[in-house]
Parts: sequence; structure tokens; C-alpha cells
Amino acid sequence: MSNNGSKKVVLRFPREVADRPIVCELALRFGLRFNILRASISPHREGIMVMELIGGRDRQEEGLAFLRERGVFVEPLSQDIRMVEERCYHCGTCVGLCPTGALSMERPSFLVRYDPAKCIACELCILACPTHAMEALL
Amino acid sequence: MGTKLRTYEEINEKIKKGQVVVVTAEEVVDLVREKGVERVAREVDVVTTGTFGIMCSSGAFLNIGHTKPRMKIHEAYLNGVMAYAGLAAVDLYIGATQPAKDDPLNKVHPGEFRYGGGHVIQDLVAGKDVLLEAYAYGTDCYPRKKLVTWINIRDLNEAYLFNPRNAYQNYNVAVNLSDKTIYTYLGVLLPRMGNAGYSSAGQLSPLLNDPYYRVIGIGTKIFLGGGIGYVAWQGTQHNPAVERTERGIPKGGAGTIAVIGDLKGMSPHWLWGVSIRGYGCSLALGLGIPIPILDEETLYYCSVSDEEILAPVVDYSHAYPYGTGEILGYVSYAELRSGKITIGGKEVPTSPMSSYSKAREVALTLKKWIQEGKFTLTQPVAQLPGVESGVRFKNLVERPVEASVIVGR
Repeated sequence: MSNNGSKKVVLRFPREVADRPIVCELALRFGLRFNILRASISPHREGIMVMELIGGRDRQEEGLAFLRERGVFVEPLSQDIRMVEERCYHCGTCVGLCPTGALSMERPSFLVRYDPAKCIACELCILACPTHAMEALL
Repeated sequence: MGTKLRTYEEINEKIKKGQVVVVTAEEVVDLVREKGVERVAREVDVVTTGTFGIMCSSGAFLNIGHTKPRMKIHEAYLNGVMAYAGLAAVDLYIGATQPAKDDPLNKVHPGEFRYGGGHVIQDLVAGKDVLLEAYAYGTDCYPRKKLVTWINIRDLNEAYLFNPRNAYQNYNVAVNLSDKTIYTYLGVLLPRMGNAGYSSAGQLSPLLNDPYYRVIGIGTKIFLGGGIGYVAWQGTQHNPAVERTERGIPKGGAGTIAVIGDLKGMSPHWLWGVSIRGYGCSLALGLGIPIPILDEETLYYCSVSDEEILAPVVDYSHAYPYGTGEILGYVSYAELRSGKITIGGKEVPTSPMSSYSKAREVALTLKKWIQEGKFTLTQPVAQLPGVESGVRFKNLVERPVEASVIVGR
């Protein structure tokens, strides 16, 4: 798998580069497949994209280096969404919203568990949590 | 079934002697499956129930003490959240769902509602200083017009919760049939039945274990917010005459209770200010009621399980807001708690708004208090209105009003 693994990254596009066709080069130049998990453009016209890159580790690094050269800020996705345990009373409203099972209800304890490895940073949990127990560091 | 097994006095005597047998409403389910109602009713003295969830119709009365010179408060804010001051000079009522005065509300939808009355109550209970700003028009006996100070729960003369409606006996399951996400008090609901919101402790919930209000009544001593409280009255919207299952369980929202309890004895572990996206702020709280096993029938009702409690599935994008009364079907709490329900052939993930683990913790805490002799049972002084009482939940019938008499905005 090491040669053909996937890597989740957060890409930030400053205003100067947000309108340029850069991401498609990952496929064209580096033969990488990618899956866009989330994308948005802020009112200040800066872009943010969460993406899963699929392909060899070397090509992934080359592709990401290319993006950096073009002015894109690249960060790994892991730990961008975190659960603040002491703020959670384990209702589980997030569990029914979580598209990947990163948030799950442990049984028979009925405690909410969070597995960051499965998180795609859709942020539905942040929207829904009544006690602000889920936080984004994005 | 009707044979008396024990009285309140006998149970309290056993509590004092440390001989009382207590189980939770969850534990009793398996116990009855194993041994049968008759035997368990003879063995168990008390069954404890519990629930933990957002209960919007909650709030606290505070008496802040008199100032020098005296002031009859006309308008008051606690940490920027308006408290009702239309009472005597320095009495206030802080309601759980009051948002902060400068909250942008739903101007940018869905609003965040980061701080409100429920959070003020949580901060008070946590022993934090709370900023009081108060204004008055001044009178001969109460000349002062402005007051800005920090207050703390330990210095207040009185601070007690008085919640007009808590512990709903069953409730709706909310789904969204529309094409866009909606933001409700039952949570964020994804389009095309992407998830289902619900809020009840089911088999642990107090009034579902006493469906006909045979033992829970006015004056019943309860666990409230980690302290001691009492049932004060039937709750607002108390609606006993709804359709019930064969074993008497209402097939939708039915009975409710109004409760009262000393805030000074409560804990922030059991009272949480909450922000419901796009809806508002509120208070989540823990509430538990002990059920004395006076006869076999009382125990039979306590042995109800999640499989036997049905809740109506309602579309919150249309049927609920427009009050059409349409029900998409019924699901059991066993299905809801499994994480998935099936509606019209579609599998839908569930999003609970109440905490089952905390409900269980309430029932277990109350059990411990009773076993340790810290909590005795009280006999109600009056019953809650029952099925035959004629009490019914009514909708408002609006009547035309002449423009000249309108006093609001």
C-alpha cells in the first residue's frame, strides 16, 4: 500500500492563485487521482480545499511540492478536527450526521467516540454540537 | 395485581435502616424478563428513572438582595442576557432560551446562539461571577435608577430552578423531507431523510415508567440538576389523553411536569447551557424520579422496555412547522437507539439530542443516594391530571384584532 496509498491534505489558495487551474495539474502532470472532500471560497476570495490524494508516495510529494511552488499552502488533514472531551455530554446528535463513521456511539456505554483517522473535515459535527465540543483548527 | 405490597412509610423505614432494594428502570427490564413481575415486585422497593436532555421550558428565580439606596429593577441583564424583572423589586427570572442582547440571532442563518439564559444558569451553578446590569425608572421608595455589579450564587438570597415543562412523556422523531438542510430543536436535519433526530431516554424516562401518573404527582421529591427538587405541578402542555399502546404507553408527546429545586444544591455536571444551531440557546439538564413499588402494577409499568415504546416520525420541513398533524410512521426506541431506523423502506441514521449515558448516570446516582440513606421518598399531595381528567392540549384559535388596540410593534 505504501506505493499506492492515499493522503488527505488541506490546501489553502491565497487570493492571487484561487482563480487559476492548478489542481488539475495533479492529474495531468503527476498522474495522481484525487477526491475533493470539501471546497469553499471565502468572502475575501481565498480558497480552501480538503482533498484525498491517491497514488504513489513519491508522486504525491512531487505533486504537493508543485502546489507549494505555485503559492498554495499545503497542510496534512490529521488533527484538524478535534473533540474536546470535557465539553461533550454524549448525546450523539453528531453520530447520525457523520458521513464516515469517524464519530460513533460505543455500546453498551452509549458514549460518543471520535476517530480522527476517519474524519474528512466536513464539519457537520461542529455545526450540530450543542456544547461546542467539536472544534476545527482549519 | 392490585394487592398492596408496601407503603411510603415502610420504604422510608428500610432506607433509614440501609435495607432498601433499589434498581434502575433499565436494570428492572432484564430482572422482570428473568423472574417475572410478581417475584420482582416482592423483591424490589424502588425503581429509579432518569433523563438528561435539552429542556427549553426551564429557568431560575433569583433574589439578588436590596441595594442602598433601594431600587425596583425594571430591566435587567445577566452577562448580557435579559432576565425578566416584572416581579418585586429585586426578584428576577432568567429563562433558558433567552439569547444575549447583542446576539445576531438568525440574521446570518443558521445562527450560532453562543450564549444565553441556559449558559447564565450554568455559570451561576459553577460558582462563577456573573455581571448584573439593571435599570429602573425610580420611585419615592425605590429611587435608584442604575446598577452595575458582579453577583455570585453564594451571595444571592434565593436561587431556584422553576421549570414550567420538563421530562416530556415521549416525543416526536424528526426527519427532513425537503431538499435542503434544516436547523431544528431536534438537531441539524439533512435533506431527503438524511438523518432522524429524537430526544427521550425511553425505558429510563420518568413518565414512561409511570404512564398513568399513578405514583408521580405534585410534591414528589426528585433528582434535579444534581440536587434535590420537587414536582410542582403538571407541566405546561400536559396532554394525558393521547393515543396509547396496549400497555398504556403514549404514542407521542403526552404528560409533562413542572419542577422546582434549589439551584444552590445543584452541579454544573448536570446543568449545561447549550447552543442549537439555527434555533436558539437552551439548557440541558438531568432529572430523575424514584418510583416506589407499592404494588405489582407499579412494577409492571416500570418494566417497560425500549422495544415497547413507540415514537411518531414527523417531517420537520413541513408537517411540524405548519401543524398538519401528518405522521410518517412509528419507530421504537430500541430501533432509534440501534443507530438506524427504517422509514418507507429507507434506512436512516439516528441523531439523539438527549444523552442516554447521562440518563443512566442520573438513575444510578439516585439509586446510590437512596441506598446510602441520603434520599427518602415523598408521597404526592395531589395527582397529576390523568387520562379521564378532561385536560387536553389545545392549539391557539386566533381572533381578529382592530389595528387601533394593538400595543406591540
